[in-house]
Amino acid sequence: MAWLVVRLAISVSLLYTASAVFEDQVGKFDWRQQFIGKVRFALFDTHSQASKKLLVATDKNVFASLNSRTGDLFWRHVDKTGPEGHIDVLLMYGQDAVVVVGNGRLLRSWETTVGGLKWETVLDTGSFQAATLVGVQDYVKHVAVLKKSAISLHDLSSGSQIWVENLPDSDTVQYQTIYSGGNGLVFVLGVVPNSHIVIVEYKIEDGEIMNKKSVEAAWMSSLENSCTVISSGILLCADQITQSLYTLPLQSAEQKEMRQIHLQTLDLEVASGFQPVLTSTRPNPAQPPLSEFFLQLSPDHHILLQLKDGLIAPLRDFNPSYLAAFATSGERTVAAVMSPKNDTACSINLFSADTGRRHLDTTIIYHMDPNGGKPNRLYVHAFLKKDDSVGYRVMVQTEDHTLTFLQQPGRVVWMREEALADVVTMEMVDLPFTGTQAELEGEFGKKADGLLPMVLKRLSSQFILLQAWLAHLWKLFYDARKPRSSVKNEVTIDILSRDEFNLQKMMVMVTASGKLFGIDSKSGTILWKQYLENIQPNSVFKLIVQRTTAHFPHPPQCTLLIKDKDTGLGSLYVFNPIFGKKSQISVPALPRPVLQTLLLPVIDQDYAKVLLLIDDQYKVTAFPSTKNVLQQLQDTASSIFFYLVDSSQGKLSGFRLRKDLSTELIWEVVIPAEVQKIVAVKGKRANEHVHSQGRVMGDRSVLYKYLNPNLLAVITESTDTHQERSFVGIFLIDGVTGRIVHEAVQRKARGPVHFVHSENWVVYVYWNSKFRRNEFSVLELFEGAELYNSTVFSSLDRPHPPQVLQQSYIFPAPISTLEATLTEKGITSRHLLVGLPSGNILSLPKMFLDPRRPEVVSEQSREENLIPYAPEMPIREEWFINYNQTVSRVRGIYTAPSGLESTCLVVAYGLDIYQTRVFPSKQFDVLKDDYDYVLISSVLFGLFFATMISKRLAEVKLLNRAWR
Amino acid sequence: MATIRVLSLILSVLSTTTLLWTQSGECNNGRRSGDAVETDFSGFSVPLEHSFELDDVPRFRLRGALQFRGGRENGVHLSQNQLSEKDRNTLKDVAAVDGLYRIRVPRVSLQVDRQTERQSEGYLTAFVRACSLVESHLSDVITLHTDVSGYVIGISIVTIPGSCRGIEVEDEVDLEVFNTTISVVAPVNAPAPETAPYIERMEQEMEKKGKNPQEQKSFFAKYWMYIVPLVLFLMMSGAQDQSGGGAGGGAANGGGR
Repeated sequence: MAWLVVRLAISVSLLYTASAVFEDQVGKFDWRQQFIGKVRFALFDTHSQASKKLLVATDKNVFASLNSRTGDLFWRHVDKTGPEGHIDVLLMYGQDAVVVVGNGRLLRSWETTVGGLKWETVLDTGSFQAATLVGVQDYVKHVAVLKKSAISLHDLSSGSQIWVENLPDSDTVQYQTIYSGGNGLVFVLGVVPNSHIVIVEYKIEDGEIMNKKSVEAAWMSSLENSCTVISSGILLCADQITQSLYTLPLQSAEQKEMRQIHLQTLDLEVASGFQPVLTSTRPNPAQPPLSEFFLQLSPDHHILLQLKDGLIAPLRDFNPSYLAAFATSGERTVAAVMSPKNDTACSINLFSADTGRRHLDTTIIYHMDPNGGKPNRLYVHAFLKKDDSVGYRVMVQTEDHTLTFLQQPGRVVWMREEALADVVTMEMVDLPFTGTQAELEGEFGKKADGLLPMVLKRLSSQFILLQAWLAHLWKLFYDARKPRSSVKNEVTIDILSRDEFNLQKMMVMVTASGKLFGIDSKSGTILWKQYLENIQPNSVFKLIVQRTTAHFPHPPQCTLLIKDKDTGLGSLYVFNPIFGKKSQISVPALPRPVLQTLLLPVIDQDYAKVLLLIDDQYKVTAFPSTKNVLQQLQDTASSIFFYLVDSSQGKLSGFRLRKDLSTELIWEVVIPAEVQKIVAVKGKRANEHVHSQGRVMGDRSVLYKYLNPNLLAVITESTDTHQERSFVGIFLIDGVTGRIVHEAVQRKARGPVHFVHSENWVVYVYWNSKFRRNEFSVLELFEGAELYNSTVFSSLDRPHPPQVLQQSYIFPAPISTLEATLTEKGITSRHLLVGLPSGNILSLPKMFLDPRRPEVVSEQSREENLIPYAPEMPIREEWFINYNQTVSRVRGIYTAPSGLESTCLVVAYGLDIYQTRVFPSKQFDVLKDDYDYVLISSVLFGLFFATMISKRLAEVKLLNRAWR
Repeated sequence: MATIRVLSLILSVLSTTTLLWTQSGECNNGRRSGDAVETDFSGFSVPLEHSFELDDVPRFRLRGALQFRGGRENGVHLSQNQLSEKDRNTLKDVAAVDGLYRIRVPRVSLQVDRQTERQSEGYLTAFVRACSLVESHLSDVITLHTDVSGYVIGISIVTIPGSCRGIEVEDEVDLEVFNTTISVVAPVNAPAPETAPYIERMEQEMEKKGKNPQEQKSFFAKYWMYIVPLVLFLMMSGAQDQSGGGAGGGAANGGGR
C-alpha cells in the first residue's frame, strides 16, 4: 500500500510539472534559425539549367545544400567539431559531391538532391594535400587523393580504392598538387623549397610511374600558393621577387627548366609585399583547363591574361577591381569582376573569358553595408538565357561571414548572416516605450516647475494619447477592410515598442567574428547589425548592460569589453542596444591588461551603472568616470570588494577599494595547482530575485535559506586523470571575506563540469569515471530554523556556517550546457534547462534536484510534496521544450525574465538559434488561448438577468402577501 | 540476484554519508585510513600572525603558534600570547576607524609524509573588522581549510557575535586574552547516487508483494462489486438519453458556446 502511495505521489507530482507544447502552439511563440558557419567552399549545381542547388562546406564542419532562390537550407550535415570533422575539399561532378573529411581521414560521396550518403571510404593515414577528379575521354570516373607520402585513386561510383602508391622521396619533397588532364595520366607535383620542382606521372589504370622529372626552380617556396595549371597541362607560376611568370609544360620531355616571362614585358608590376594570385578555370573536370587566367597583382588589381602559342597576352586589365571569378554555362565561360563604383557601392560586370569583351547590360550593383565587412569572395552562377545570351547571379561573401545573393540589376535575393553560427555571448534588453508612453513617463520624470505648466503638460500629453488612440482605431478599421494576406507583419526598428507583458525584447548577440546583432525576440528578425573591424580571432567578449530602457529620455546603453586572449589588452565599445548605434561617450583607454570587471549598483547622474575595470597592477578604472561617480565611489569605497582568480597558480584573492581608488589585498586562498586546477568560478546572477526566504517543512516550521549574494562557486578538476584517483572539487567561497563556506570533493569524477549557481543552490554535472556515466549533484545551503539577521545580509557579519545538504543522481544522457530559468519576482518554481548534444533542450524541474528528497517516505515529506529519492533522473520527451526543433551543437542557453511572472524567455544558441518561452509553473497568470469568453459572459449575463427577474418576482410576491 | 547482492554490498561500502561542518573544536578531516601513511610523528608548529594598523598597511606580528598533532586525527592547538597594553590600545583605535584585523598563516601541508616539502611560498590571509573583534571581547573562530591532499588552502576568521554595534568595551581585561576556537576542516566527500539503498528498497517492496498477494490486489479487483453496477447504471441512463433526447442534447451543446 505504501508503494502505491509513493507511486501515486510521483504521478501526481509529474502531472503537476508535465508541460509540453500543443500542436497548435508550434511556432506561435518560438522560432529557430539554422546556420552553417563561414563558407569555405561553395559550388553551384550547373548540372541542369533549372537547378536551384548551392553546395557549401564551412569552417564549422557543416556540409549543406542551399536553395539559391531563397537561401533556405535544403539539407545540412553537421560533422564532428574540431579537426576530426574538418572538410578538406569539396568536389562536385553531376549529381555527386565528393568530400574529404578530417585531414584526409574519410572520403565521402553525397547524393546532392536529397543529401544522402552514397558511399564512404576510410583513407590510409597521412596528412591530406590535395584531391582532384580524374576523367578519361570526357567522362569522370575516378577521384585521386594526394597525401603527404602517398597517392590513391578511387572509383567515383563506389568509392573502392583502385590503387595506392607511395610517392618517391616523400621525406625530402613536399608534394602539394595533383593534376589530371583527361588523357589517362595523373601528375603529382612536389617542391623542394628554393631548389626544384618534382613532377611524377602516374598511369590511371594501375598506378605505374610513367615518368619522373625534376626542374630547377630556386625561387619557389610553395607550389600551392603561387602556381596553377592552365591550357593543356602547362604549369604556370608567379613570383613576386623576380617579378616574373614561369611556364612549364608538364608532359614535355625536352624542356628542362621553366620558361621565365618578365612581367615588365607585359607592362605589369606586382605590388610590393603582395603574393600574386593566379586563378584558372576548368569548366569540365574531364578536360584540360582553359588557357585564360586571372592574375592578381595587388589587393585591388586583377588582369585577365591568355596563353596562346606559348605567349602570354593580356586580354583586359581591371584596375581597380576587388574580386574576380570565372563561371561556365554550357560551352561558354565568363568572368565576373567586381570593381568599386563609389564609396558605398561596387559594380559587378560580366566579361567573356576568351576575348575579355564586356557583355552588355550585365551590371549588378552591390551596395556595401556600411555596418558590415568588405567583400572577400565572389561566387558566380552563370546560366543561358532564352536568347542564348549569358545571364548570371552572384553570391558575395564578406569579411563578417555574410552571404549576399544578388541578381540583376542589383536586387538582393537573399542574405544569410553566418556570423550568427558562432554566438559568444548575448543579453536581452527591454524595448523602449512608444512615443506616447514615453511622453507620459517623461512627465513624471521631470522636476515640477509650477502648477500651470504641469496642468498644461498633462493636458497636452492626454491629448497626444487620445490622438494615438484614434490613429490606432483608424488603423484597425483600415486593416480590417483589406484582405488578410496583404496586411504585412513586418517588424521595423521604428515601430518597435514594449508590449503589454514585456514579452518582446531585443536580443543583443555578440559573435566570435566581431559582428554584433540586434534581433527581435518575437520574430527573429535582425533589426540592426554592426561589424567591429580589427577583432583578433581569439578575443573574449563581455557584454554589460549599463543602462536599461527604464530611464527615458536617456537612451539605453550597452558596453562590450573586447579582450585579446594572449595579451589581455582590452577595449570598450559602447552602443545603444535598441538601434545598434555607437555611443558618442568618450571611452577610457585601457593601456594595461584587464583582469576583472565589476558592474556596480552605483549610478551616475545619467542613470548609467558604473563599471569598474581592474588591471594587472590592481588599479581601478571607472567608466563612466564623472566627478559625481568618483564622489560616490569614494563614499562607498569601503563596501566595494572584488575578487581575482589566477587559475594557473590556483590563487583566489580578494581586494577592497580604498578611498583614493587604489586597492588593497584583504584575503587570499590558494588551491595548489599541482593537485587540482580551477576550471570555473561563478557567482550568482545580479538580476535574480528570490521570493521566499525559506522552505516550509512538513511540521510547519521554516527552514531558512542561506542567501548569500556574494557567494562564489569554484569548481576544480584534479590533475591526476586516473579513473580511480581523479576527482572534482567544489568550493563555495564568500567573495567578500574569502571564507570557504563549503568544500567538497566528488571522488572518481572527471570534467567537463557544467554548473548553475542560483538562489541557495548549486547544481553541477560531472562524468563519473568509475561507472562511466553522467551524474547530477545538487548542493543546497540553509541557515537552519532561525535566521541570524533577518533584515539584511552582510558577509562580514554571518558567523555561523550554513548547513549544507547534498544529493546526487544519475543522468542518462550527455550534456552540452546547463542553465536555470529566471522569472521577474522569483515566485515561479525553477526549472533547469539542459542542452543535450542531440539538440534537444530539456526543461528539468528543480523539484527533482532537491537534496531533501527522502529515502523513505514519511508523513512529513508527503506534506512537503517531496518526491521520494530515486537514483536515476527521468528524461521525458514532453519536457523537451523545443520538440523537434533541435538546436545543433548547443553551446549556451540564455534566460531572461519577462513582465509576466509565469513566463521566462529562453534563447539557446550554438550552430542554430532557438528562442522560446517556458512556463515552469504553467501559465497561472494568463488566461488560456481557448478560454471560453462567450460561455463565461453568457453565464454572467444569465445570472444577472435571473437575479433581476427573481428580485422582481419576489417583490410582487411580497406585495401580494402584504395585501392578503 | 547474487551479483546484485555483491554489487550492492560494494556500493554500500563505497557510498559515504555527507559530513556536515563541525561547528567547533577539532575535526576529523574525513580522509580514509588508506590515504595517510602512519608514521611516528610528534607534531609541528606554524606561526599565526596578525596585523592591525591605523594606516591599514599590513605589518604582521606573531600572534601565536598553531601546533598540529600528526597522525590520522589532524588535531590542531593554538597557543597564543596575551595582547600587550600597546596592542590593546591600537586595536581599539583601529576599531574606532573601522579598520581591519588581519591574520595570516604560511602555506603548509598537514600531510605527514610530506614534511620535506611542507612549506610552500606565500601566505594565506583573512580578515575581520576590528570593531567586531573588540565588541566580541576577542572571541573568534578560526578555521583552517585543507584540500584533499592535506595542504592548507585557506583560513577564515569570524567573531561571535559578528556585528559592530558601537558598544564601548570598558574593561581592559576583556581585550587581553583571545578566546579562540580553532579547527581544521577537510573537504567532505560529496555523495554519489545512492543506488544500493534504492535497490534494497525495491527488493523489499518486491518481497512484500510476494508475501501477501491479498493486499496487493489491484484497485479494480478490490472494488469490482461497486464499480460494475455503477458502470451498468451509467450505460443504461446513457442509452436512454440517446434514444430519448438526441435532439435536445444537440441543442444544448450548441447553446453552450
